[in-house]
Formats: sequence, C-alpha cells, structure tokens
Amino acid sequence: MSEVLVLVDSIDGQVRKVTGELLTVAAKIGTPAAVVVGAPGTAAALSGQLAAWGAEIIYVAESAAATTYLITPQVSALATVAASAAPAAILLAATIDGREIAGRLAVRLDGGVLADVSDVNADLTATQSVFGGSYTVTSKVTRGIPIITLRPNSIQELAATAGAGTLTPITFEVDPAASATLVAVHPEVVGDRPELGAASVVVSGGRGVGSAENFPIVEALADVLGGAVGASRAAVDSGYYPHQFQVGQTGTTVSPQLYIALGISGAIQHRAGMQTSKMIVAVNKDADAPIFEITDFGVVGDLFKVAPQLTDAIAAHQS
Amino acid sequence: MDIVVLIKQVPDTYSERTLRQADGILDRDSADAVIDEIDSRGVEAGLQLTEAHGGQVTVLTMGPNRAVEVLRKALAMGAHKAVHINDDRLAGADAMQTSAALAAALKTLTFDLVIAGNESTDGRTASVPAMLAERLGLPQVTFVRSIDIQGSTLTAERVVEGGYAELAATLPAVISVTEKINEPRYPNFKGIMAAKSKPLTTLTLDDLGLPVDEAGLANAWTTVLEAAPRPLRAAGQKVADSGEAGNQVAQFLAASRLI
Repeated sequence: MSEVLVLVDSIDGQVRKVTGELLTVAAKIGTPAAVVVGAPGTAAALSGQLAAWGAEIIYVAESAAATTYLITPQVSALATVAASAAPAAILLAATIDGREIAGRLAVRLDGGVLADVSDVNADLTATQSVFGGSYTVTSKVTRGIPIITLRPNSIQELAATAGAGTLTPITFEVDPAASATLVAVHPEVVGDRPELGAASVVVSGGRGVGSAENFPIVEALADVLGGAVGASRAAVDSGYYPHQFQVGQTGTTVSPQLYIALGISGAIQHRAGMQTSKMIVAVNKDADAPIFEITDFGVVGDLFKVAPQLTDAIAAHQS
Repeated sequence: MDIVVLIKQVPDTYSERTLRQADGILDRDSADAVIDEIDSRGVEAGLQLTEAHGGQVTVLTMGPNRAVEVLRKALAMGAHKAVHINDDRLAGADAMQTSAALAAALKTLTFDLVIAGNESTDGRTASVPAMLAERLGLPQVTFVRSIDIQGSTLTAERVVEGGYAELAATLPAVISVTEKINEPRYPNFKGIMAAKSKPLTTLTLDDLGLPVDEAGLANAWTTVLEAAPRPLRAAGQKVADSGEAGNQVAQFLAASRLI
C-alpha cells in the first residue's frame, strides 16, 4: 500500500488531536506516515502518541531551520519525503499554517489542493462544505499528488489500531532567500480555554452582550462547559471582544459539537461560520432573529438572566 | 516602492450564493458582484505604503468582463494603473491555475511587494498567496495585521492561532493582509473621475504565454464531482423565557448527552 503523509501539528510537546484525525483518515487510504517538522528533539516526545493513532512510519525532519522560517521548512520537508515515498496523498490540518503549507507544496510538487475538507474517502474523493454549509461538495484531485487539508473536529472516531511508529530521520534544505524569518511568537492570553477552531464546545456573544464588561457572562458559560469563547463580528467591531475570537465568514469557521449563541441575531455572515455545528442553542430577546431558523433549542429571552441560570444548572448537573 | 495589489470580484456575502447544478462551479451571475472586502483593505495598504515611501500601486485581477468593475473601484480609491487578466479559456480555474496566471502576469510587471487578501470569501482556500510566493521564489509574509518597511526590510505581525508572530523578510515579497490591517478609504468624486483616464491593460492567455492545455475548468488540478445543496436545517424547539429557560436548556443538553 502507498504511504499517506500526515504533517504533524503539535504544541508544547503535545500532538494536537487533529493529527489523530488525519492519521485516521490516512489509514482508510493507505499506510499512515507521520511527518514531524521541528527543532531537534521534537519527535521523541510525540512518537508514542503518533504510533497510538496509527502511524506506521514517523519521518523525523528536525533542524534549527524548522523554527527559524515560516512555512517553507514544512514545505521542503514534505517535498523531500514525497520525492522518495511517492505517497498516495498528503494530508494537513486546515489551520492557517496548514492551508498555506498545502498551497506552497502544491506548486512545488505540481499537485492539486482540496482545502478545508470534512472527510476523505478511500478513493481520495473528499467532501467539503461550502458557503458556510449551504452546499456539500464532493471533489477530487485530478492532476499530481492530492494535497488535502482537513477541518479540525471533522472526524469523531479516532483510529483504534496502533501503528509501528518506526522513526525515520530525513534531512531537508530551506532556501532563506525565499523565506520569511519567524522572529518571535507571542501567545495572546486565552487562559486555559481550548482553541476556537478546534474546541468541541463554543459559546459566542454578540451585540446583545452590550459591552466588554458584560463578556464574563459568556466566558463563565464557556468555562463550565470546557469550551472556547467566540464573538460575532458586531461584538468585535464594537470592541467588546478581541478580533482573534471572531466567528463567521471573515473570522474563524467553527464546527463544534455544541454552539451556544448569546445575543447574536444570526446575520448570514455569522451563520456561515458556525452553521455546520452539530447542536446549536441560541438566546436572543428578538423572537424573529434569524439565528432561530437554525437552532436546535432557541430561547427568546434576556441572556443576562438565562445564561447565568444555565451556567449554574450545568455546574449543578456536573457535581 | 512599486506595489501590485491582487483583487477579486466575488458574490456579495450578504446575498444568496449558489453553485451551478451542471458542474458545481460558482454561479457568478446569480449574485451581486462586489470587490472582496479584504481586497479593498489590500488596496488601502498599498496606497498607504506608496504615500509613505513613494512609487505606484498597480491593481491586478483575473476574471470575466465585469471584473473590470473592481479595477475601476480600486483606481477610484487611488491606485495608479490596472491589469485585467481576461480570457474565456481561463474560466473555472482552480487555485493552482489562478496562481499560475497571476504569477505570469506579475512577471510582466516590476514590483517590490505583492499584496493580497488573506482569504477570499468565495473560494476560501487561502492558498493563492502561498502558491504565488512559491511560483515567484519569494518570501511569504502572510496573514498579517500590520506592516512596517524600513529600506528593503519588511517586518509584520502574522495572526496565528492563539496569538501573533513577528515576521521579517527582505523585499521583494508576497504579503497577505487580514481584516484588522486598516479601514479602507471610500473613493471620492475626484477619484472616480480620475479613474476613467488611468491606464488599464488587458492580458490574455497568449499574452501570458500559458499553455492552453493547462487552462480552464477541463484542465484543472481539481474537479467537482457533485454539489448538493445542504438540506435546510430544521428549526428545533423555541421557548420564551418565563424564568426557567436556563434550566430548560440545561435539561435539553443533558438529554442530548452534551453535559
């Protein structure tokens, strides 16, 4: 069976769950092969989890350049592995980095890109949800190696069969003249909350929250659910919450198990970023708000009364 | 400093967008067409940089005849000249083909910087700037919320998941901007009148020297097999709060095994 390369996404020595989803998809197509690109010593901490998620081979592309430059180290490492392994496909997470690596890699390998898919079948056809879930599209790559990015949280059941996880070091070159230098990365304080794009629960606030000072009501509900906090464009533009938490057509697209919209009317731009969520709950004082067209459970009421009561009820249920 | 800003005409995200039944390609005639909002920010970024450092802004688009509308808008904002890649044989291009055509057009222009939006609101692959950088052999300084140029050094802040990254690169480079980069100016009457006499060049496949057998829908690197409208999401329960709605939601979540 041909190898299917998976670019490993990790943070602070932990493999991100989306990598497990990618390895699970890879196993449907061929032999899952993880590619770790990082500073020397990165792969050792990740190999156990990668094998547990089914990686038969773990390519280790470690060099100081991996963290010095943006995007091009991953492109070069994947292109190097692809040249010798002749993979059936290359799979990446549909994150900002993942989609850009996919684009640049496609040009280098003359392959085709399918972006932000929700699943890939054994025959390499892939499903995508476009226009914020208005259409389900089935596509395939017709020229070159298929390079596919998978939206995090798309695959619920991860591979149950462990792989051998054979470590295979590779060397790769980065052209500094064609690369931007990564000078420093500054995390912005998000506390212990999960990342918006990958969270299984998202609680978002909109214009109805009324002020930045009121947003802790949204945060409290998110925290009791172990979820991420989001905000509508109206809330972000009004300065209630920082831009990196914006959910919608022009912000982050989310597809969690549970999405709770507080004080969000549900403009088409917002719905395009969240309407593929599995379960949608909304609280809005306007009974005619368009958000109620897509909710599984809608409450017409005052979010300042409903949300705290819900937070307390969940806390009580959990204890 | 000469700058090329890439712009795109897209269906308005506030209108209903549809895919053609026959081939799953965006039906560009069915919705209002506008300049993609992010691209007006790209034009603004280009104008601000040339106002500070001198030089000219060229706007470049690929699209059918009507795409000239977005070039006119950018010229009215203050861009100096426009280039329109317009050839029916390019219709249905995917990201690989689009980046090849844009790269070929860029090779006919002189520039220190290429500015694009980070992601279109229709195709949403967010990969064309990266593809262009690879085709041109240039650094990509992408998904940035601020730009600073000193001499031939570009520094910028890239939006990353959970924070931001400081980037540095030597010009020429390809950058893509996010929506926090700036607030685009509106064209004024003087700008609109001036736009009518600014140079606008049209390029065809032959001008670009691109092979015909790699152009257009039939030769794309990707193909749509099926496009199905998603079944309308049925609205579920809706209750008016009578003091117990928070508890009712909790019961609903418990019954759905979500808590």
